[in-house]
Amino acid sequence: MLLELSPDQEVLREATARFLADRVPADVVRGLRTNAAGFEPGYWRDGAELGWTSLLVGEEHGGGSVSGTGLVDLTLVAHEFGLRSAPGPLTSTNVVAATLAEAGGAHPAQASALGELLAGTAVASWCLGGPPPLDRLGSTGVSYRVEGDGLVLRGVARPVEAAGQADHLLVTAHGELGLTQVLVSPGATGGTGATGGTGDPGHAGLAGLAIEPLRTVELNRRFATVRFDDVHVGLDQVVGAVGEAADQVERQLQRAIVISGAEAVGAMQAAFELTVRWAFERYSYGRPLASYQALKHRFADLKTWLEAAHAISDAAAAAVDARSPEAAELVSAAKSYIGDNGTELLQECVQLHGGIGVTYEHDLHLFLRRGTVNRAMYGTPAEHRQRVAGLIEHRKEQE
Amino acid sequence: MTPSPDQESVEDFRARARAWIRANLAPLVTNEKTGVMRARLTDAEELAEVAREREIQRMLFDAGLAGICFPRVYGGQGLTPAHQRAFNEEITGYEYPARIQAPTFSPCAAVLLEFGTDEQKLRHLPAILRGDEIWMQFLSEPSSGSDVAGVLTSAVRDGDDWILNGSKIWTTGAWWSDWALCLARTNWDAPKHRGLTVFILPIRQDGVDVQRIEMLNGNKEFCQEFLTDVRVPDSDRVGEVDDGWTVGTRWMFHERMLHNSPFVTVPAGWSYGGVDATFLVDVARDAGRLDDPRTRELIGEGRVIDLVREALQGRIGRGIASRRMPDQSAAIGRLFAGLSSTRVTSMAFEIAGSAGAAWASDDGSVAECGNDFLLRQTTCIGGGTTEIARNVISERVLGMPREVAMDRDRAFRDVPRGGSGR
Repeated sequence: MLLELSPDQEVLREATARFLADRVPADVVRGLRTNAAGFEPGYWRDGAELGWTSLLVGEEHGGGSVSGTGLVDLTLVAHEFGLRSAPGPLTSTNVVAATLAEAGGAHPAQASALGELLAGTAVASWCLGGPPPLDRLGSTGVSYRVEGDGLVLRGVARPVEAAGQADHLLVTAHGELGLTQVLVSPGATGGTGATGGTGDPGHAGLAGLAIEPLRTVELNRRFATVRFDDVHVGLDQVVGAVGEAADQVERQLQRAIVISGAEAVGAMQAAFELTVRWAFERYSYGRPLASYQALKHRFADLKTWLEAAHAISDAAAAAVDARSPEAAELVSAAKSYIGDNGTELLQECVQLHGGIGVTYEHDLHLFLRRGTVNRAMYGTPAEHRQRVAGLIEHRKEQE
Repeated sequence: MTPSPDQESVEDFRARARAWIRANLAPLVTNEKTGVMRARLTDAEELAEVAREREIQRMLFDAGLAGICFPRVYGGQGLTPAHQRAFNEEITGYEYPARIQAPTFSPCAAVLLEFGTDEQKLRHLPAILRGDEIWMQFLSEPSSGSDVAGVLTSAVRDGDDWILNGSKIWTTGAWWSDWALCLARTNWDAPKHRGLTVFILPIRQDGVDVQRIEMLNGNKEFCQEFLTDVRVPDSDRVGEVDDGWTVGTRWMFHERMLHNSPFVTVPAGWSYGGVDATFLVDVARDAGRLDDPRTRELIGEGRVIDLVREALQGRIGRGIASRRMPDQSAAIGRLFAGLSSTRVTSMAFEIAGSAGAAWASDDGSVAECGNDFLLRQTTCIGGGTTEIARNVISERVLGMPREVAMDRDRAFRDVPRGGSGR
């Protein structure tokens, strides 16, 4: 997280921190394990009032950042989410809202969807990725074909965050005209989502669409497989233009990695603080763990990883927000570094705790879960390192 | 540092620096300075490069670009760290006085600025900024590396002078340098940290015998000095008598701040003599492994490390400047720099394949990767070991209990000592 916040940013951070402390303390987070949606609709609506879903959307569309750098503002919220392993589809909803706003809300249905996301009365999912062998960075398992005056979607997207709770699915599909994105309402003939979704398996209201829940390491986040079996959509559901979504998708990927990365850094921070406290309180052989040099040196390494994770997370957020030419590289650097060192830090925290660290009663696993999900989603650290290699090779060729 | 209204804006300064750099400095030949302490120059070539760096420093001084964060009264520009960062970005890819940055500007000049008398500052800081004085730190000794306060070099008062005897080691390039900042023991009856005093002295004088040390790859830039009855006037003492550790603590801080110091020019993305880890692309190409997925992952990792290190150093610099991080957080940057550098050296060796063991001089970028690997640990040793950095982080940043020390609260002359070797 940024070291220095503007007064407005501090208000946003503080309000989110207080709200989460009040609404989702650790025992509530544990209790959400059995909640089908993973969060309460009222919780999300109230959070949206604090600005959780408005920061990437321009004022002309009813949103607004607090500092002029909305993605940076959003990382402050995400960091607080990570500190408490808070529930709610923060990443997917914001990513979809940003794209809808940038596409201009030309179609009334898209404008109204955006309004619901801003108000927190609906949440959104992004259908990217697919089953193996399409489980690769940037791959999509869904294709489209042009038919009549619309498109027909076919294929499988997974894992899709909050698909069972979402009122709006942004689907990234490949086809002969190029990448295309469409906005689909799974409950077109019946209500689901934040207004009362259950995440039950089976078919949604829309013909040809099926949403099947996946098992997950998260306690309060839900993931699903979304199947498209000749789902017919109209051209008014296309976000932007047919065949021209490549830039949109890249921006979405960058934003998703920035948001979930900031959350993972929050989880690292919380676990690290918990473990430092433990090292001072826990005595073995008549002295605190914190007095053993073998352990002190490991804490020094962890502190270094933690500060480095903060730094690259913030650098990536600023670059994406500013649309800097370095954004793609910094985002992949953040994903690679936070993915690897974040989960390593969390596992080291487990090791430094001993057996208590892998029990359900202890809080540590709440953070381990979040770091683990962040590492696995939106491309593995190794895939992002390969991506970086391609970027610098390309740049060197141009020099 | 609050910018004053008449101060040159960062963007104006950047534009001025850019124009001057492009008009006056030569672009670097890609990767000519890659590697770890490569023995790439003859003595004559080394001296020619030193002379060129002094010349560039003088040109920077004349152009109003030297000592960006040094006060104007000492010949600096009186600008801000943001100006220095802009300069670092603009000079990337061009020749610059690399040898004069550390230890001359930081820690030596930074320590003088903080603790020197007006007379000392006026005499030396403008000379440093003009490239007339290159400084060394006479700090480490053959018998004390990490335990830097355990110095045995003695300074004995003699009228208005001090007489210094002892040996210092691990100075990079003392054989072509001018002045030294020297930590010496002035009181053997006080505990270790309370009997030290800091002096400044010219290197080129009778009584200072500079010997070059041959590293395992043939590089001879590191030196050891033998001081025999070196006379130093009391006016060349820095700080109070027996209070050298007050100076020394800040000295260590400025040393750890190297990559982040507002007094030092470090090209953006710096890691290997001004060349960033994208040199791994060249190694991979010349090793014929550019299409190997495992190699591509290493290339990516090298770049990731560069980007993270740069972001981390920026965060630490801002954190310390705004007092949101303790000064001792500089050790975090030092630890990361050491570990990341050894990692990239290992990756280059890995990518080079069998050329890491034996190579021809026309093999291109794979050449010398094996020798770099042999010298890999130098970046975790020089400038304070990574072990000491870990102690500092755990004890001074995280507040964990200090290590038991056998040398506290007893006269230094009674502290047990082992044999003295390098």
